[in-house]
Amino acid sequence: MVHVALKSISKVYPNGVRAVHPTSFDIQQGEFIVLVGPSGCGKSTLLRMIAGLEEITEGELSIAGRVVNDIDPAERDIAMVFQNYALYPHMTVYNNMAYGLRNRGMAKADIDAAVSTAATMLNLTEFLTRRPSQLSGGQRQRVAMGRAIVRNPALFLFDEPLSNLDAKLRGQMRIEIKALQRRLGVTSVYVTHDQVEAMTMADRIIVLNGGRIEQIGTPAEVYHQPASTFVASFMGAPPMNLLPAHYNGNGRVHLSETIHIEAPVSADYSGQVKLGVRPENVGIVDSSHPDALRFDLEFVEELGAGRLLHGKLGDSGLIVHIPHTDPIPGGEVYVGLPKSALVMFNHETGMRL
Amino acid sequence: MTVAAAPVLVSRSRARRKISWQTISDHAILIAGSLLMILPVFAAFMTIGASDVEISRHGMQFTDGSHLAENFDKALFTQGGFTGAITGSTMLLNSFILGIGFAIGKIIFGMMAAYAIVYFRLRFATFAFWVIFTTLLLPLEVRILPTYEVVHGMGLINTYTGLILPLVASATATFFFRQFFLSIPEELVEAARIDGAGPVKFFFDILVPLSRTMIAAIFIIMFVYGWNQYLWPTLITTDEAMFTLVRGIKQIYQSIDGGSDIPEFGRALALAFIAILPPVLVVVIFQSWFVKGLVESDK
Repeated sequence: MVHVALKSISKVYPNGVRAVHPTSFDIQQGEFIVLVGPSGCGKSTLLRMIAGLEEITEGELSIAGRVVNDIDPAERDIAMVFQNYALYPHMTVYNNMAYGLRNRGMAKADIDAAVSTAATMLNLTEFLTRRPSQLSGGQRQRVAMGRAIVRNPALFLFDEPLSNLDAKLRGQMRIEIKALQRRLGVTSVYVTHDQVEAMTMADRIIVLNGGRIEQIGTPAEVYHQPASTFVASFMGAPPMNLLPAHYNGNGRVHLSETIHIEAPVSADYSGQVKLGVRPENVGIVDSSHPDALRFDLEFVEELGAGRLLHGKLGDSGLIVHIPHTDPIPGGEVYVGLPKSALVMFNHETGMRL
Repeated sequence: MTVAAAPVLVSRSRARRKISWQTISDHAILIAGSLLMILPVFAAFMTIGASDVEISRHGMQFTDGSHLAENFDKALFTQGGFTGAITGSTMLLNSFILGIGFAIGKIIFGMMAAYAIVYFRLRFATFAFWVIFTTLLLPLEVRILPTYEVVHGMGLINTYTGLILPLVASATATFFFRQFFLSIPEELVEAARIDGAGPVKFFFDILVPLSRTMIAAIFIIMFVYGWNQYLWPTLITTDEAMFTLVRGIKQIYQSIDGGSDIPEFGRALALAFIAILPPVLVVVIFQSWFVKGLVESDK
């Protein structure tokens, strides 16, 4: 069931800057959508337009079957978690959570019940009388979550909620937020610039670049079948290898004069292309292998769980990820690029062929 | 060994002596400064205890006489002035009304003006702010005649309203509150919007409590400023029952005690001493708030 629908939503600031080009997508009931992209890609603007904090220049936004373009944020039945938590510093944790409910004229007993349920869920019961300044970063983040939960909204909005936490806590909160969202089943839109958060939390990822959608898809689709070179290089650490090559439509891709392999697709195109392959899909092979390509190993990066081999394939750089159980190859090294793991992009447009 | 150790000892003790000279000179300067500040007040207090005749003959006194209580009593409760309609305690009350009314008025106007400038997308908001700011160049003393004319025309001569109102529009308070509001994170405003707090609710539920320390700091500054107003109260109050302490002291000093031709020095000094106390007390009591308000923010 479509829960949130964006129809050609765009944003032009008064100074003429177009932050978001006409954008359309639907969000299903209970879905966890992550908007991801580099800074300035329009992801926050898009989220703020859904929240009603930013006016929609053109297009139509509907939440739960109701067009909300001209409806106040408070009336949109949404809740938002901010990057800096945005807790009211002079109010106790209880009052921070209860404030929105009071403004809605909810009865005191109902507020009590809602706050204590949320507090139990988030392990905040013992902190209800404290001020935000007496809490740790993770606890503050939970209070911000609590403030969103008590409202029982139709839609959760998250604006880079974990970027102020240290790496360990971030990993922990990531799991907590995801688990909470599963449990409550509330449709969520989550903005982040961190591709790990996007991969781990999303039901579907929307990759944005320069105010336009590059790709919408499940984490696996976005990772393995990137729609463009931008997505290929943005998602994944290290990113997908992109090797410049030539394709003349005869089923072979030429990485250089002498190196050529079977093309992954038969596209009606000939010209410059980029051949994409994830580092972990490149295999170390014997020189006797029919598709073995000579790899000049330059240096090795130790990751613990695996190793990254940096080197050159012909004239272009290539990163190979091997499991820690495999030995570091010595002497002449040959790699194989499995056809099923290859993607090919148009060199000019960056789009997948 | 001993030869090697000796120079270390010498240099260490030399360093210590250097520090102590520094300390002594620091303290001497501080003590001299403190005496400079305290002695006149001390002399005034001691002189209150002397009789008017003695003061007129020997000047300021540094030893306590026997008239201290008497002079304080006279200063506060004996009728004085040309019409004999005013006592020190009435003037004290008037001063409090002026000081508190002035401070609260400035805070209310300053906060509301700053709220409008910072949080509402007004056309020319920045321009309006700078217009307000330039009024710093036009203190009451510059515009005193037109202001008097306006207040007179409104029939507010000899009223508390006339005393306070022309002084409360304040660029200083507006400026301080504007800077403070600008430092409040935008996300807090947005969170409140999503929580359904309209402009009025946001102002009273969020902004006012957040500004507590700022309000306290501005209250202290403005209370002292209002308390010490001299020119405007002198112009606007012709009825002695409306006199404030700061302007009234002169009146008392000028009025000659019945019979003798000696001005009432003791009584005037007692009044002057009383006039110093409230600003001092306000600053001492609210000092920690004051520093907090100017230095740190509760965010």
